[in-house]
Amino acid sequence: MRWHRLKAIVRKEVIQIRRDLRSLLLIVAMPLLLMLAFGYGVSFDIKHIPVFVYDREGSQQSQDLLKHFQASEYFNVVESVASYSALVQALDAGWCRVAIVIPSDFSEQLKTGGPVGVQALLDATDNNTANVSIGYSEAVIQTYNRKVQLEWLQRHGQSTRQPAVSVDARTWFNENLESTANIVPGVIAIVMAVIGSFLTSLTIAREWERGTMEQLMSTPVTPLEVMVGKLVPYFVIGLFDTALCAGIGIWWFHVPFRGQWSVFVFSSILFLMVVLSLGYFISVVTKSQLAASQTALIATFLPAFLLSGFIYPIDQMPAVIQLITRFIPARYFMTISRDVFLKGTPIALLRDELLALGLFAAVLTLLATRAFHKKLS
Amino acid sequence: MSPATVAIHASDLIKRFPDVLAVDRLSVEVKAGEIFGLVGPDGAGKTTALRMLAGVLMPDLGSAMIAGFDIVRDAEAAKAVISYMPQRFGLYEDLTVDENIRFYADIFGVSRTERVQRASRLLDAANLTQFGHRLAGKLSGGMKQKLGLVCALVHRPRVILLDEPTNGVDPVSRRDFWQILYSLLGEGVAILMSTAYLDEAERCHRIALLHQGRILFSDTPSELKKHFRGAIVAVVSPSPRRVQAFLANAEGVLNVVLVGDGVHLVVDDAERRIPELRRHMVSAALPFDSIEQVVPTIEDLFVAATSGSHRGMDR
Ligand SMILES: Nc1ncnc2c1ncn2[C@@H]1O[C@H](COP(=O)(O)OP(=O)(O)O)[C@@H](O)[C@H]1O
Ligand SMILES: [Mg+2]
Repeated sequence: MRWHRLKAIVRKEVIQIRRDLRSLLLIVAMPLLLMLAFGYGVSFDIKHIPVFVYDREGSQQSQDLLKHFQASEYFNVVESVASYSALVQALDAGWCRVAIVIPSDFSEQLKTGGPVGVQALLDATDNNTANVSIGYSEAVIQTYNRKVQLEWLQRHGQSTRQPAVSVDARTWFNENLESTANIVPGVIAIVMAVIGSFLTSLTIAREWERGTMEQLMSTPVTPLEVMVGKLVPYFVIGLFDTALCAGIGIWWFHVPFRGQWSVFVFSSILFLMVVLSLGYFISVVTKSQLAASQTALIATFLPAFLLSGFIYPIDQMPAVIQLITRFIPARYFMTISRDVFLKGTPIALLRDELLALGLFAAVLTLLATRAFHKKLS
Repeated sequence: MSPATVAIHASDLIKRFPDVLAVDRLSVEVKAGEIFGLVGPDGAGKTTALRMLAGVLMPDLGSAMIAGFDIVRDAEAAKAVISYMPQRFGLYEDLTVDENIRFYADIFGVSRTERVQRASRLLDAANLTQFGHRLAGKLSGGMKQKLGLVCALVHRPRVILLDEPTNGVDPVSRRDFWQILYSLLGEGVAILMSTAYLDEAERCHRIALLHQGRILFSDTPSELKKHFRGAIVAVVSPSPRRVQAFLANAEGVLNVVLVGDGVHLVVDDAERRIPELRRHMVSAALPFDSIEQVVPTIEDLFVAATSGSHRGMDR
């Protein structure tokens, strides 16, 4: 690899990116747009879920629990019905998404300290909303539990120690139940996948389409120099966008960052290498900007969106799909990003994910260099 | 020819595409300091031949040495001493004139001082000096081709391969272009260019007539004319198509082609045929202004050479 040739390619590529309005827009607007869209509008924070209740006891305690539901911004108790069948009808008709049944021995059981079963029926046609609803219901009940426990302890003259903590894993690291916290680290992965693969998918194809490839091939430049030279600018752009998204997440949406920056940066670099070389490889193979960009979108954006655990939790997917997700690099980075952000997971515990990314990066880089020949066919 | 002075040596290059034999046993030698013209109509195989010599297309068979490097086994080493200008504009339209020059200079490892010196001299010769900051895509066709040449020459190539470089170029730019080419010959550069313009071929030291992938003849333009056995008779007429149809099968007429203002006939013996043909046309009441012998152009040679059984050439 010769420095002067590498520098020439990098410089040329930077000039071209600078003059290409489309790339610039994508580089700056896409991270902002996605962050804001997911942070606000398309947020998975489902609020004011309509709730029907069938309070079989009608005691002060049961009303108290329902008040907790009503007070939560996530639920909106629409109506209290007098029979189980009315509840089912409401669910079926779509008047509510959640139906709650409070047993007739609710206060009795509370008093004796035995376990109380509150039944929640969910309309699971929208799997995501259903999931979120369970989480929220559990959280509401949790809060209620604490209050009851606290009162119970106080009544029995014991010191107010922290009541036993919930076992709800879903919201464990996301105490405010705000999926924004979950989404931001995920959006970073998606932005990186798109910037990385979409933009690079155009680079080689553009040379073919504009007729500049033939002359470039007639120079002593090596395939490795072309690849590295073309990817370096996008690598920098990718890091910039990663930082931009992380910044917006942390300072605008107040998503906590509990991990180590070095771990986050290191894994970002690995993931960028994966998506950049994937985009480049696609570009080399397709030789057409349209085909390359579409392939890149299908190969990275969609999987990063649908199969990485960003929207649908992987452990709830059918087994076959779960198997497929193992071949989606974004899946690993999604896990790393979320873990580092929300849990502060140390690098040692992310070994498998990092190894997977490293493997993808190595294979794809190799493929990309091998695929490019300085010959017309 | 001693091997040292032979800059391009191609022997029996063959390239076959699925439905056509694009280059058929092409052999060429170009010396340092020589401009060699590959002349042929569209589809003759000029581009394919140049691509193989430039090391961007693998020949199926045959070999070629460029400045001592084998273009099959050592293509990348050869590329360091070649400048290739493809038929289609190969520079970056979204880069300025200066940026394109800088790019190719950097790719070939030209030092900054040398780049500045050479570029300013070349831009001057190409009359492009004041366009340094213009985007290449915003240049006219002629200026683009000249910029292509400047970029090709900003390093010191020993072999220059130009694919129809003056196609669609205005006469003034074309003159600039040729001046730059001639000025290079002193540096011992070998130039191989293709052209579909036969008038341009006459500016080359030697030419090869390429037809359906094969070299029909290869020599200096004047030698080629000497070998031409027949004579060219020009008929100026307001209705050349009728003349062409009428004379195509006349005795002693080997070939008839339409030219701008009439037809050119290849005849076996001008002295004898001109009076005969004149009589024929008068008796058939074909309108014509003049009929006379002219010095054959390369175009005529080409027509003679490619007309059926090479009746017009003695080898
Ligand atoms: N990449 C290709 N694939 C298939 N056929 C080709 C290709 N390139 C050229 N040809 C064919 O080879 C012949 C010679 O083409 P070319 O070398 O471009 O001629 P020229 O440059 O003299 O016009 C033509 O018949 C052309 O159609
Ligand atoms: Mg051609």
